[in-house]
Amino acid sequence: MYVYDEHDRQILAERVAQFRHQTDRALAGDLAEDEFLPLRLQNGLYIQRLAPMLRICVPYGMLRSEQLRRLARITRDYDKGYAHFTTRQNVQLNWPEVEDVPDILAELAEVEMHANQTSGNCIRNTTTDQFAGAQSDEIVDPRPYCEIIRQWSTYHPEFAFLPRKFKVAVNASENGDRAAVQVHDIGLEIIRNDQDELGFRVHVGGGLGRTPMVGPVIREFLPELDLLTYLEAILRVYNRYGRRDNKYKARIKILVKALTPEAFAEKVEEEWAHTKDSPTRLTPEAIRKIQGYFTEPPYDSLNDNPQALVSARSESKTFDNWVKRNVDSHKKPGYAIVSLTMKKTGIPPGDISDRQLEDIADLADRYSFGEARVTHQQNVVFADVRQDELFELWQALKPLGFATPNLNTLTDIICCPGGDYCALANAKSIPVADAIQRKFDNLDYVWDLGDIDLNISGCMNACGHHHVGHIGVLGVDKKGEEFYQISLGGSSQRDASIGKILGPSFARESMPDVIEKILDVYVQNRTEEEPFLDTYRRIGISPFKERVYA
Amino acid sequence: MPDIITQEGEIKTDKWTLVPHPEEGEALELPEGPVMIPAELWLAGIDHYRGQERIGVWLESHDEPGMLADYVNEVPIIAVNFPKFTDGRGYSSARLLRERYGYRNELRAVGDVLLDQLQFMKRCGFDSYALRPDKDIHLAAHCLNFFSQAYQAAGDTDLPLFRRRAS
Repeated sequence: MYVYDEHDRQILAERVAQFRHQTDRALAGDLAEDEFLPLRLQNGLYIQRLAPMLRICVPYGMLRSEQLRRLARITRDYDKGYAHFTTRQNVQLNWPEVEDVPDILAELAEVEMHANQTSGNCIRNTTTDQFAGAQSDEIVDPRPYCEIIRQWSTYHPEFAFLPRKFKVAVNASENGDRAAVQVHDIGLEIIRNDQDELGFRVHVGGGLGRTPMVGPVIREFLPELDLLTYLEAILRVYNRYGRRDNKYKARIKILVKALTPEAFAEKVEEEWAHTKDSPTRLTPEAIRKIQGYFTEPPYDSLNDNPQALVSARSESKTFDNWVKRNVDSHKKPGYAIVSLTMKKTGIPPGDISDRQLEDIADLADRYSFGEARVTHQQNVVFADVRQDELFELWQALKPLGFATPNLNTLTDIICCPGGDYCALANAKSIPVADAIQRKFDNLDYVWDLGDIDLNISGCMNACGHHHVGHIGVLGVDKKGEEFYQISLGGSSQRDASIGKILGPSFARESMPDVIEKILDVYVQNRTEEEPFLDTYRRIGISPFKERVYA
Repeated sequence: MPDIITQEGEIKTDKWTLVPHPEEGEALELPEGPVMIPAELWLAGIDHYRGQERIGVWLESHDEPGMLADYVNEVPIIAVNFPKFTDGRGYSSARLLRERYGYRNELRAVGDVLLDQLQFMKRCGFDSYALRPDKDIHLAAHCLNFFSQAYQAAGDTDLPLFRRRAS
């Protein structure tokens, strides 16, 4: 994992001092609210419905145990003793005081954390696959490139006042795409060309929100060393020509669509031709230096399926189910990737207490080389667990509520904070997630349904990624009343697609029954082993419509 | 005469008058002394204006700085207007003028110029700043130097941090 050097530490310390200066001036009335607004947003501070909210950055989702413990302490000292994992692999505090924020940032800086650019019209946290570095089908570890992008985008002087927010995601997995790169402003797929050179396939203009789009490819192969100059060219074209007259048309996807992807690509290439050999061009040494921070942990030399695991699985059906659902294979023999599910019924998806943060830190130290990862599905991953310690880890996770074996199932719901917390929301989202989890509490039934992404957003801003849920739920406001619109067939994977709206929206109390009808149609129509999304794609939306609106 | 800030954070009395676009159908009227006129009008009257030490130009945030590419060092000053401080196009204009077109004379930020953006402006190549009059000009030197180093190459340095780090 990346460790700060003296440069990073100095820059971050200066950032904290800068924000203290700005906050002091704002509180003294020397900085008008609209002038302070972008400054505080770029330091993670929102003023929300009930209180300020601080969004703390977790670069590409990676956390060390000391950082988890510091987060726990901060939630205790400055908040109500809990935090929230977001769908951007970040962590939010829901109740800090504005005047405390500089102190919170100073405490975070001590453990090499910050809230930089977690909001505002700038380049946000770069996200990637939560299994990065541990999975077997990876071309290279994507995290060094994320870190290179993080450094380049941090306080970039040209791109602090873009037309709108800007999100970059990187994927290096050959078969899957857990980073959902095609629904980002820039999606980078790490690939090798036919000369076996490393580079990126560049998607631009994907996104959710009001105008959901799958990002078209604007360059099939970008050589590795050209990463930053090319990103800078894209950003410059966007900064200069993106719409600034209407915030709903200001994302880069609107520009790409208006120009056409081909014309947009041409503009980028033209810009890039001037800068591709500039000092911003990466060097092999610079990449190697960053890669040096992401070396493998000291793995033991082990074999897959050790006796301890095999016998535990045969003795305990519940343990076996958990292994099947929440444990993934690892590139190293004898190791496994474990997902801790934060989706226990009765707890808002992503919410976590100070004690739980500390428990995770302790378990990470004990079982996974002191590191944990936050996923955009609002779960936590231990990426390097010995298979012969899985049973022990499972026993430790159960009482904490992190061993619900529902990963990637119907009840592993992605859900934004919604109208309970967020000032932008049209409707509550957490109670809908809760009602659905309660209705479908039979694990055998949930497992039988297989992989289903159910994503809930409380408004068009789509923080709950509803457009790319196999089943998407969107909260809408109709004359002051909360209703919910359903879409089907979305996906954020390699076969990315935007879900289709089923029809008129529903009242909250009927949502669990509506979901049940949708699942009934699936179960009655599926062929053996056919996942929900495939059945939907085969039979189309009509059978679902007929049943739900019958 | 209003004050202007230099990139060292010094406060200087300014000599330049910014002349706005004339109303539709009206001719450009130049007051006495050094003036900055809209860049497109300078180009339209290039035979008359070029080489005149008292005539500079200014660009609107949506103007293409490329229009000055062939003449860039024939003007003593270029100003870039920030109609609203949240309009970030002027940062790109500045970098293009400095890094692409090789502009060497004074590059000034005008318009909605506030304290907390000064260092970004400096990094993009601006070397003078017409701070909005209601802002405390004595804080400018501090705000120009919040950071002692940066990650990226830009108008102020061609050494990104990854090239400065010993490998």
